[in-house]
Amino acid sequence: MTALLTTKGLSRHFGGLRAVDNVDFSLEPGEIRAVIGPNGAGKTTFVSLVCGRYAPTSGSIVFDGEDITAMPAHLRVRRGIAYTFQITSVFANLSAYDNVALPVQRTLTDGRSRGAVRQGAMEALERVGLAGRAHEQAGTLAYGHQRLLEVAMGLALRPRLLILDEPTQGLSDGEIENFIALAREIARDATILLIEHNMPVVMALARRISVFNAGRILAEGSPAEIRANAAVQEAYLGTAQEAEA
Amino acid sequence: MSGDGATARVYALHAVVIALLVALNYILPEYHHGVLARVLVLAIFAMGYNLLFGYVGLLSLGHAMFFAAGLYGAGLPLYHLGWGVVPAFAGGVGAGFLVSLIVGLLALRTSGVAFMIVTMMFAQVFYLVTLYFGAWTRGDEGLVLQQQARQITLGTGTLDLTNPATRYLSAVALFAAALFATLAIVRSRHGRVLVAIRENEERAKMLGYDTFANKLAAVVTSGVICAAAGAAYALLFGYVGSTFASVQYSILPLLWVLLGGAATTLGPLLGTLFMYYVIDITSSYTSAYMLIVGAMLILLVLWFRKGVLGTLRDRWLGWLP
Repeated sequence: MTALLTTKGLSRHFGGLRAVDNVDFSLEPGEIRAVIGPNGAGKTTFVSLVCGRYAPTSGSIVFDGEDITAMPAHLRVRRGIAYTFQITSVFANLSAYDNVALPVQRTLTDGRSRGAVRQGAMEALERVGLAGRAHEQAGTLAYGHQRLLEVAMGLALRPRLLILDEPTQGLSDGEIENFIALAREIARDATILLIEHNMPVVMALARRISVFNAGRILAEGSPAEIRANAAVQEAYLGTAQEAEA
Repeated sequence: MSGDGATARVYALHAVVIALLVALNYILPEYHHGVLARVLVLAIFAMGYNLLFGYVGLLSLGHAMFFAAGLYGAGLPLYHLGWGVVPAFAGGVGAGFLVSLIVGLLALRTSGVAFMIVTMMFAQVFYLVTLYFGAWTRGDEGLVLQQQARQITLGTGTLDLTNPATRYLSAVALFAAALFATLAIVRSRHGRVLVAIRENEERAKMLGYDTFANKLAAVVTSGVICAAAGAAYALLFGYVGSTFASVQYSILPLLWVLLGGAATTLGPLLGTLFMYYVIDITSSYTSAYMLIVGAMLILLVLWFRKGVLGTLRDRWLGWLP
């Protein structure tokens, strides 16, 4: 199977800091891949390079056989790479409906009727369970609902690769359960790259895990392999368990 | 987006406003009739400004150059080359298109305060150019377009733009065109993207929108509407002077829009009308009328931060576009 996404020698330096350092990464279509690692390990910088929010210092990115290293972000989105923000970044002054209508109308190449936008937007809201709140102002929604709206905006782009940056941050246990079910459903027709600190979520969803540390990939493997990896435990899991305790 | 009921209500409201303006043609006393014609043309200018400032959130301090591009683009060929009214108007709009395209391409490389300064500098250059070519523009003194040049021949009859009723109704017609064009733009998909850029440009980009192209389109649309206002001003009132290219005319539309309500379709008209009369009335009592205008603006900023219509929309009329 050919990879959906590959990076070769991908680096991004901020002054002297090697936020992402010579990363070779490969993602199969249909996969749910978790990216974990301590704070400051370069996870968000790495996915920002993939989706085009930052330009790399060196290295290359290939998406679906096409070199996208120098492509502007909005064109990468059109190729099917969607990014949901770590810090909730919905349009707070617009209605929930308008928030998802924006990605829907962009993806509609056929049919210019308003009905098509409405239908697509309502579908996306229904998938995350927000259809009943379509006309509420996004900024007044509960935090958990804003996170879901953020996911709905990503979904509405009909992405081939959906990058979720800490989607469960700040959600309640019940909301996390729902999110896991939703992510499984999304994975049926999209590849998911998931940055996540919550280990139970990672273990429930990921087929493979990449562990970042100090801008490099420290280890990669199945959840069982990662759990057994001593270096990973030292760098990350130990501290994560302490933090959860 | 709102339902069909709300859509009908929105169009009905705008139609009523236009009908009211037409009716005023037959009611208003002579003086106010003339004032309102002028206010309508300046309100078109404000609407063009509002499209960029209110909906896209780009604060330009150089819109006088777009108004003046229309003014000179129409006035100079009419005065020097003997163009007719219609080609002269097209010339003004064309000049506005070119100037806004070039300025947009350059100024949109910046944002925020830098955008304000860059647009202001371009406008200053434009102003100085109108003075430099004083041989043709006669600078501050300006050109007066003769009555016989401001007539349109239609078949056997002529449309005399210096006739008060014709002038007034022409202003209403152009105002209505600009109003419904603005309404259509802000309710379109492109309009939704413009608002998204105002709210969070980074996010809009990550939804796959070319924000630069969308902003450039907005600058050009805004510039063309302002130029149409400038061209109409030259043709209807027969005066083309560099005062209209000065920095004062870049700041005035900002004030009109802030007063009436940024990002509301009817706010620019309300703001322009209000400000025009405040200056008109206070200046008949005191030469320090700008002091009163300033005080009123401070009060408005303190209590009606979103302008008259913006406040109304927040409190009672959520459906107002």
